[in-house]
Formats: sequence, structure tokens, C-alpha cells
Amino acid sequence: MPAVASLLIIAIFFQSRSEYFLTPGNLSNLAVQATLVAIIALGEIFVLLLGDIDLSLGSLSGMTCAILGVLITNGHVPWLLAILVMLVCGTALGAFQGWWIAWLGIPAFVVTLAGNMGFLGLQLYILGPDGTLSIFDPNVAALTNTQVPPSVGWILAAIVTVAVVATTLVRYARGEVAVRSFGLPIAVTVLVVGAVAIFNAYRGIPMPFLILIGLLVVTWWITMHTSPGRHLFAVGGNAEAARRAGVQVKRIRLAAFAVSGFFAAVGGLFAASYNGSAGTLTGGGTLLLEAIGAAVIGGTSLFGGRGTVWSALVGALIMAGVANGLNLMNSDQPVKYMVQGVIVLLAVSLDTILRRRQSRGRQLGAAVA
Amino acid sequence: MVSEVRDVGPGPFGSGQQAAPIAVGEQAAMPSGEEAVDRGEALRVEGVSKSFGLVQALVGVSLSVHHGEVVALVGDNGAGKSTLIKVISGVIAPDEGALYVNGERVVVRSTNDAAACGIRTIYQDLALADNLDVVENLFLGRELFRGVGPLRRVDFGAMRQRTAAVLSELGIGTIPDSRALVAQLSGGQRQTVAVARATLDNCPILLFDEPTASLGLKEAHNVIELVRRLRAQGTAILIITHNMRQVFEVADRIVVLHLGKVGAVFRTSSTTHEAVVKAIMGKAS
Repeated sequence: MPAVASLLIIAIFFQSRSEYFLTPGNLSNLAVQATLVAIIALGEIFVLLLGDIDLSLGSLSGMTCAILGVLITNGHVPWLLAILVMLVCGTALGAFQGWWIAWLGIPAFVVTLAGNMGFLGLQLYILGPDGTLSIFDPNVAALTNTQVPPSVGWILAAIVTVAVVATTLVRYARGEVAVRSFGLPIAVTVLVVGAVAIFNAYRGIPMPFLILIGLLVVTWWITMHTSPGRHLFAVGGNAEAARRAGVQVKRIRLAAFAVSGFFAAVGGLFAASYNGSAGTLTGGGTLLLEAIGAAVIGGTSLFGGRGTVWSALVGALIMAGVANGLNLMNSDQPVKYMVQGVIVLLAVSLDTILRRRQSRGRQLGAAVA
Repeated sequence: MVSEVRDVGPGPFGSGQQAAPIAVGEQAAMPSGEEAVDRGEALRVEGVSKSFGLVQALVGVSLSVHHGEVVALVGDNGAGKSTLIKVISGVIAPDEGALYVNGERVVVRSTNDAAACGIRTIYQDLALADNLDVVENLFLGRELFRGVGPLRRVDFGAMRQRTAAVLSELGIGTIPDSRALVAQLSGGQRQTVAVARATLDNCPILLFDEPTASLGLKEAHNVIELVRRLRAQGTAILIITHNMRQVFEVADRIVVLHLGKVGAVFRTSSTTHEAVVKAIMGKAS
């Protein structure tokens, strides 16, 4: 909730400074800008839920992007096979790091820091002396540079709304949820219909944003409704308790890093599609720090066991919203970094204070009970 | 096997009752508490030894627990109580010795092996995930599912119903909402969750490691009542505690560990507090 409130405050503030901020065109651009950070943040969340951190995701995404470039441009490999290879490479390298962490007990910070440097080296090696590879493939480019037609957008909105409402009704009929739970389908309906209306007022739902939402729905299902997903939270909350309860803690840890590597590769794919090339700077700069910041701003704890995949979206929208708003205000880059830093600090502080109050309230409640 | 027989006489504060030591290493003693109902031997530990480097934590320890019996494992710090519990529950492997469940030899290499043999442990630190609710803690590692293929998912509804049934069977009314996060519960409520988790699949053998160490008087009393109810249901219980009053309240027999060996075995109904304390201190009368 604090993150959503922050998003609203940012929207109101920048709209007051630039009337262009809340226009459909700018909001569509903002959604696309947020996608890459959200994808990397999504991978980071799987690791953060364990109480670990992955510092290699930026360079891993850059390295897999370089693999894609070499395969398509130099190797003339079919685009679908090339994407498959890059995704497998990302997942395997994530799992490789997870093995060192889970089986040898080396801190994730150290392993992924080493990975960060190693993958960057591999990225530069793969790209060779030229440093940049153009990727001329219409299918890859279409991933981030197309929009869903408005009519399809409305059909998707209708499907989502009906599915959410029907699921809630069935659960209510079974006695699994109370009347107050109908707030969720109402909120989802308002959000989905509102978002589709805004996107359709411009060119339709941006394809990368739609893919991101699809990935979020799948990962939400995995983390909230499957046994490995729930074990992720259990290990992050109390690894020893999970181990004693029979949870395969090492496997869960390895799987989380594999998923994290997979999303780094997806990020690399999106970068390749968006830029039309693989370069030495792909995955570099502040991408990793923005992704970690987005995950934490969205409400995922750095200490493990608490969070949701949706925090990747909310946090990334906040980060992109601030950058976008400052651009509209013609702010210089140094100012942007400083403002972003302050907002990250404020958002996390607000979240921490609210959580602490909530925790005190619960303890008082338990004591009274 | 330990063959020594130690005779521990009545202490100066005994009420004239004769302490009744049992041959150390005996295996066939019947539970003698009023509520105890002997339904045969559930667990037997035979000649278990364990060393950590030069430190001999356990030396040829043997004991048994019957169905419907509570055996208290007492001893000074470093006597080997927790090590023995860890060996039985599969957390550490013994150097020597054997475990028998219902008369059959079993090999326990992990907590999952122990659970498969019907042995579950309630640890002193409770080992709960604070960030999960009561239901998820109860079913952690053994969730119920519904659906097939990619739609196979955790069945929270069935787990909630089973949780309510288990809490009701145990007579637990202290947990207001099974959807509450464990972090929101008091110490006693958390202990109750740990016990309920151990009894979820009607485990016949329960090991308690200091179950009341961090609880207030009322909460400790509730846990002891819970132990009594489990005994009445036929569960074999091995309990570690430093609280001698609780030992005499709930245990049918008392096994004293001293420097990694079984120092003495008493029937609770025919011994005294002083006699047990002397045995804990390694003083034979």
C-alpha cells in the first residue's frame, strides 16, 4: 500500500509540473520504460524472498543479450532457437551460481559479485573488438516495438475481469472467502479497464508490458499456489525450520537462482529487442541497482520471507515515473540521480515505519488476546 | 549396553516414600502413571554412542518409551540430552547403537526418515516460520494439493479444515485464527502450533526438547495438559525438561543422563525429587 500511495503522489506531483505527464502517450511510454527494470526486479525478488541477493543480474542479462546477437547476426540461427539458447544459458548460469551458494555455503553476495564480473568479461569476449552487434530481426524487434490492437485489448480485459470475478464467486460459494474479499475483483476490474482504456487512447497495450503482466501472473501463481513457491517464503522466513520440516532447502535455493538467471536472460532479450543491438553497455549502468530498488520499493523485504512479485511492477513504475517526470521537467542527469536516490530512501523509510507500527499493533493485539 | 545398576535411595525431603530405582539399561519397564495405558514398546534406543572430536557426548545409552507413556529425560547441562534427541530425530547420526520402532530396527538419517518411522520432534526454539500463518506452518513440507498437471496447487481450504480438526482433537482453543501469522502469536500459542504440527499425521512417537523453557506459568501448564492428552491418546512421549515439578507432574518414568551415560531410571510414582536430583548430580546413595 505505501508503494501504491507513493505512485499516486508521484503522478500528482509530476502532473502538476507538466500537463503532459498523465497523457495516454506518455503513460504508454512510461510502461515500456518500466518493463526492463521490472523484468530484472522480478528475477531479483525470487532471490530476495530467500533473504539472499543477486548482484549478477545486470551483467548476466548483458551477456545473454550478446549470445543472442552472435547467434542471430553472426550465426544466422533462427530467431526462436536463438532465444531458446539465451534463455537456457541464463537459467543454467543462475543455477550454477545457486549451486555454489546452496551446496558450498558461500554467501550469495560473494558468488554473485564474482558472477557480475565474470559475466561482464564473457559479454565483452563474446562481442569481440567491435563491441556492438546489430540485431536485425523483425520478430525480435516486434517483442518490444508493437502494440496489441485496441479490440484485442478489450477482449483481454473482459477475460481477466470475468476470470477474477468468477473465481471469487466460486470461492465465496465454497465458503473460502468472506464478502469483503469482493474488494479484490472490483479493484482488479477498475485497474484493468482503466489501463486498457488509457493504452487504447494511444496505440493499444504495448507488447512488452503485456508480456510482463503475463510473466507476473505466472510467477504470482507459482509463488502463492505451488509447494515450491510457498517453500521459498518458508526458507526466507526460517531456513532451519524449513529444513527440519523436510523442505529441500538447497534445491529451493538453487531453483530461485535459476529463475533469477532466467529473468536476467528475458531482460537481455527485451534489451536486444528495444535497442536493436547487443552492446558492451547492455545490462550495465544503474540497471541492477534500479531493479533492486524497485523490488524493495514495491514492498519486498531485503531480509527475506516477505514480498510479492507484483512489487516488481509497482517499484519499476515508481522508478520509471520519477525518471520520466524529471525528463519532462528538463532536469539534468545529476539531478535525476539525486532525486531518485532521495525517493528510494523515502519510499523504503515509509514502508519500514508503517511495517514497524503494524508489527507493534499485532504484538499488542496478541498480548491482549 | 549399560549393565551398571544404581540404587538411589530416598532423599531427606522425601515424604517417607521409598525411591524405586530400576536397573539401568532396562527395557521392559511398564509405565506406572495413573493415566498411562501400556500399549507396547514404541521406541527403543540401544547402545547409542556419539562423540564430537574428543568429547564423548553419549556413551552406550539405552532406553525405551511405551505407547501411552511419558518418559522424562533429565540431566545437567552437557549430560547429552539434546544430543540424544537429535540422534533419535535424525538430525545427527550416532557413531554406534540402534533404534527400534515398535520392535523393528530402523535407520534414521534425516528428519524425513524419522517422520516416516512415526517420530516427530518439538524443538526448544519451536522451529516455526514467523512469516507464514498457522495453517502453512502446520503443513510445511507436507502440504495438501488439489488439481492436476500445471493446475496442481496447494489446497489451502482443505488444510484449514484439517487444522481446525487437529486443534479441536487436541482441545486447543487458544489460537483465535488459523490464518494469523505465527509472528503475531504469543509464546504459548506458538508452542501449541509446534505441538499441533507434530501431531498432524497422528505421529505415534513425540520428542519434546524443553517445551516450556520460554513460557509463563499458565502457558507452561497448558502445554503440560496437552502432553497429558496426547499420552491418553496413546502417544509415546520422550520429554526433556529442567523443571522437576513438571517432570513429576507429567512423567511416568524418569531417565537420568549423567556425562553421556544413563545414570539412573526411576518410576515417578515411587521416587522422590531428591533422589532424582542426586542422580542428576552423579551422587549414588
